[in-house]
Amino acid sequence: MVRLLKITFVLLAVFAMLTAAGTVFASNEPTPAAPAAEAADGHGDTRAAATAPVSVVPESTAPWWIWPLSLFITTFILGILAVLGGVGGGVLFVPIVGGFFPFNIDFVRGAGLLVALAGALAAGPGLLKRNLASLRLAIPVAVIASAAAIGGAMIGLALKPNVVNTLLGATILFIVVIMATAKKSDFPNVPKPDNLAQSLGIMGIYREESLGKDVEWTVHKTPIGMALFVVIGIMAGMFGLGAGWANVPVLNLLMGAPLKISVATSKFLLSITDTSAAWVYLNQGAVLPMIVVPSLVGIMLGSIIGVKILARSKPKAIKWMVIGLLLFAGLRSLLKGLGIWK
Amino acid sequence: MANINTKASEEQMAYAGVLNVGMWLGLAVLVITFFIYISGVLPSFVPIDDLPKFWTMRVHDYNVALNAPTGWHWAALVGKGDYLNFIGIAMLSGLTILCYMVILPILFRKKDTAYVVLAIVEILVLSLAASGFLKVGGH
Repeated sequence: MVRLLKITFVLLAVFAMLTAAGTVFASNEPTPAAPAAEAADGHGDTRAAATAPVSVVPESTAPWWIWPLSLFITTFILGILAVLGGVGGGVLFVPIVGGFFPFNIDFVRGAGLLVALAGALAAGPGLLKRNLASLRLAIPVAVIASAAAIGGAMIGLALKPNVVNTLLGATILFIVVIMATAKKSDFPNVPKPDNLAQSLGIMGIYREESLGKDVEWTVHKTPIGMALFVVIGIMAGMFGLGAGWANVPVLNLLMGAPLKISVATSKFLLSITDTSAAWVYLNQGAVLPMIVVPSLVGIMLGSIIGVKILARSKPKAIKWMVIGLLLFAGLRSLLKGLGIWK
Repeated sequence: MANINTKASEEQMAYAGVLNVGMWLGLAVLVITFFIYISGVLPSFVPIDDLPKFWTMRVHDYNVALNAPTGWHWAALVGKGDYLNFIGIAMLSGLTILCYMVILPILFRKKDTAYVVLAIVEILVLSLAASGFLKVGGH
């Protein structure tokens, strides 16, 4: 444990030093020309820059570097908690950063998608190689979810922030209920695959080390499952959440994939679903590197430390801690959206 | 065409291989470009000190206030520290399309028609999202 704390401290210190070094260098540079002047140099519509409503925005009194540093530390902790609590980083990131940081929810959702995407991309190769994430299960579902996520992202970016916050708060509270009550089934009973699953050959075998034997699996109720992935995709795109919290129950409890296959395929699936939504946010300009990069690095380093702590932790206690955190963040988002807690 | 042994299928291994290399490459580019950005080696489109004035805005207002590029217009601004980071972000966001393109010939060879069609549809969906043709209104 002491070693882990030392590693954690060193990683935090390194990032803090690099950020601080960046600040020093930045302060020695002449201030670049204002963006409005850049616009006049030919980066598009100068009329828009001339009428820019900059003056109506209250200026933050904190120096800029406070925020990426705070973001890095926060997401580092979230990364640890996400692993220990068995949830994706995105589902913690959006409500917490959206609720307690000064960034507009548009940029937070863009960053949330990229955080979830990076986590899924990082986990994907190992899960695929070990045959736990199934490409045969993921590909048909991904087409539906990724198309729906585009729609969700477009809806989400068109909605007013108070509406987004209210819906996000309600969704997070719903996730809390799912996490607190949903049961999981290691090896669901699938009497026979449905016609769609059979014609697509959605089945496989994996080595279950805990039992020391190979487990054959297939799925059923595929059409209903795919219909639900429309909803999951829309929500993922709209709120910038990774959708593991919804993927796993649908794959496991409804479609009947073994729990390990469901969890692994869900994680891999996020790399496809979130890609489509992330492009929409990116193309609309809702991605700020100053928010994205510290968050992404923080949550990935936190996840690495989280995996190391996992073996010695008490999962139930941490799961309830994560549920409590989500409950608080969900309430904050809901009340912020309703204008009760600004 | 179902995989009937415990080992991952050929297309699954190919997908994993490209994903592994691309992910680390994209991540490395992202981190390097971020430190170039905050070091101030390159001028930023939005000066870093001014950024807190703008990140509270809705994205539409942000774009109007700064005349910030949308779609792929950021590519013309990679000489700016902030937009330089978009290279790594685009690499990570585009990786899945590349992975699908890599497995497509394998699926063709296996005559796995249903998955060939699904993979092509997925490439089209992701390419549409990446194209920048989709516009968001409603502000």
